[in-house]
Amino acid sequence: MLGVILAILVLPLAVAIASFLAPARVAAGITIVSGIACFGLVLALIPHATRGATTYLSYLRADSLSCVFLLATAFLYAAVAVYAAGYLKGRTDRYARRFYLGFNVFAGAMLAAPLMSSLALLWIAIEVTTVVSALLVAIEDTDGAAEASWKYVLIASAGLGLALLATIFAYYAGAQVLGAHSNLAIQPLISVGSRLPKTPVRLAFLLAVLGYGTKVGLVPVHTWLPDAHSEAPTPVSAMLSGALLATSFYAILRFYQIAAATLGSGFPRGTLLVFGIASLLLASLYVFGQRDVKRLLAYSSVEHMGILAIGVSFGAPVALAGVLLHVLAHAAAKGNAFMGAGVFTVTYGTKQMSAMRDGLRLLPWSGPLFLLSIFALSAFPPSGIFRSEFEIVAGGLGHGDYAAAAVLVVVVTIAFIGLATSTTNVLLSPVPAEQAPGEPSAWMVVPVLAGLAVLVLLGVHPPGELTNLITQAAAQLRGAP
Amino acid sequence: MNAAPGVYQGAADVIAALMLLLEFGMLRQALVRDQVRLYATQSAMISVLAIVIAADRNLPDLYALAALSAALKVFAVPLVLRRLLGRPAVEETRGVAGSYTLSPASAVLASIVLAAFGFFCFGSLGIHSADVPVLALSLAGAMVFVAFTLMIVRRDVASQAIGFFSLENAISLASLVLAAELPLLIETAFLFDLLLAVVVFGMLIRAHHSRAESLSTADLTRLRG
Repeated sequence: MLGVILAILVLPLAVAIASFLAPARVAAGITIVSGIACFGLVLALIPHATRGATTYLSYLRADSLSCVFLLATAFLYAAVAVYAAGYLKGRTDRYARRFYLGFNVFAGAMLAAPLMSSLALLWIAIEVTTVVSALLVAIEDTDGAAEASWKYVLIASAGLGLALLATIFAYYAGAQVLGAHSNLAIQPLISVGSRLPKTPVRLAFLLAVLGYGTKVGLVPVHTWLPDAHSEAPTPVSAMLSGALLATSFYAILRFYQIAAATLGSGFPRGTLLVFGIASLLLASLYVFGQRDVKRLLAYSSVEHMGILAIGVSFGAPVALAGVLLHVLAHAAAKGNAFMGAGVFTVTYGTKQMSAMRDGLRLLPWSGPLFLLSIFALSAFPPSGIFRSEFEIVAGGLGHGDYAAAAVLVVVVTIAFIGLATSTTNVLLSPVPAEQAPGEPSAWMVVPVLAGLAVLVLLGVHPPGELTNLITQAAAQLRGAP
Repeated sequence: MNAAPGVYQGAADVIAALMLLLEFGMLRQALVRDQVRLYATQSAMISVLAIVIAADRNLPDLYALAALSAALKVFAVPLVLRRLLGRPAVEETRGVAGSYTLSPASAVLASIVLAAFGFFCFGSLGIHSADVPVLALSLAGAMVFVAFTLMIVRRDVASQAIGFFSLENAISLASLVLAAELPLLIETAFLFDLLLAVVVFGMLIRAHHSRAESLSTADLTRLRG
């Protein structure tokens, strides 16, 4: 399996370099091949990871938890690579080569993060995602993009500064038990968790939630997120929302495992509950009144990250399984929603929803698909998000967290109303337009269809291997090795 | 009665105190080029501390780390910053001097209060170890807060970037105090990562300047809600 892991790490970087040197069409083609190949490699890794975690070359590790996040990122990498081939049609060769260079490095760093066995290397991988994606946000070279990228790089880097401090405190705690030459490997820290000094671990967890939480988009450190998501090129927005936020949440989960082993689960769960409720409440209110379609979806991402945090805070096995399913379903649903929104922005030449009307008629494929994607994102059955949120709420109720579960249900419903109102106006309000119906590119439709198929699969009958993976990953979060 | 601190503890405490003073200097300094100089001096102190720890605790890896850190933070980063800022840094001297969100006196007062908060927070962690100079750790905590203040109160991209780099210095200080034995490979990766961040910050600063014809962030108010 070492070969598979090395291939996942090397392929996107090799393709990044090749993309920069090759003509745009070739760059698009090899990026699609790389995305699909990485997805296949992650699928090949899953059976091995579910049989047991293995560490390679001291610094690489694949286990069930890391594979869940790898799967989300790899799927989105493949889908968005296909979409980008249509989205970049008509762009200059120079723009496309710069885009594919950054896009592949960005995907490579996100795929690398869950494969790092050490908290230090995990931090480095996530920091690389920040600097690369900041450049991708700026690539449109508009006033808005310049502003968004500066806010993003400054706020996210400051947050990651706190995450680095968390890593150092985790090292200090680990060194008291494992000896001074510990390399910050995650599993040994969890294994000796009960013997670690409590104060440094508590501080490390708080700093990690604040620091990585900045990248996750947890309120109140989310302020970069709507700007960056709305100003980035749409394929990058989809990757930021569906994969990057989840990858950063993965880092929080690793600190959660260590904190739970040392302090018991009460403190880390309580902390995540506070951040989760705050994120859910604020984001669902901000969904109302948004005029920019990508900003609307960005706030929906903050809401979904709040759901993940609340789900972990419930601590029940079914809720944890729901959280991990939600990571996968959110990647597919939010990727779809952004890709659909991207078709609208290309067709109407604006991100303002007030200028988008009659979408169902003008975009015979993308219109209905966008509507279905929004419904799937809003947890309509048979979407995977319905199943995951159902599991999270059931876990909360089963665990006696009635108030938090009730808040979750009510606020998710409010957010649905906000999303549905905005998007149905875009899709259904007729205008006497003379524009003929038509899609900008078939490349921009195919990945959305694939995403919907995945959402239905996750909602109706997840494959046995996937269920097994999620069950084991949830057990890891409850303290299993 | 407490025993007198050893060479390592004494050196760590003195260097940490000097680094904190330099952090205040960066906050108060009006000129970008002078901020860069102060940053280079602060970074040099990190390397000196690494050498002291290497000698005192027989950690040869730290000599290499001190050399790498000096090459990067004392020479490369300031050079890259000056190159990337180029004319803007010189032209914008007056503009940057007036770039405080608060008045300079209020900014310094606020940073003193926050530094005291950070100092006592880190001091109250209950980390008591013969190997750890607790005072230096508390001073690193104070530096973190002053660096954040610098990033918040200055309304120009250059000062905000320098605030972030000095935040990284504060964390390096905490790292040397708490995690001196961290493997060289990981420390080197941190430094490489910093270099990458410097280049990206520099590119974005340049892009901002060419678009806004100013280093000021006062106009970055389009994206709201």
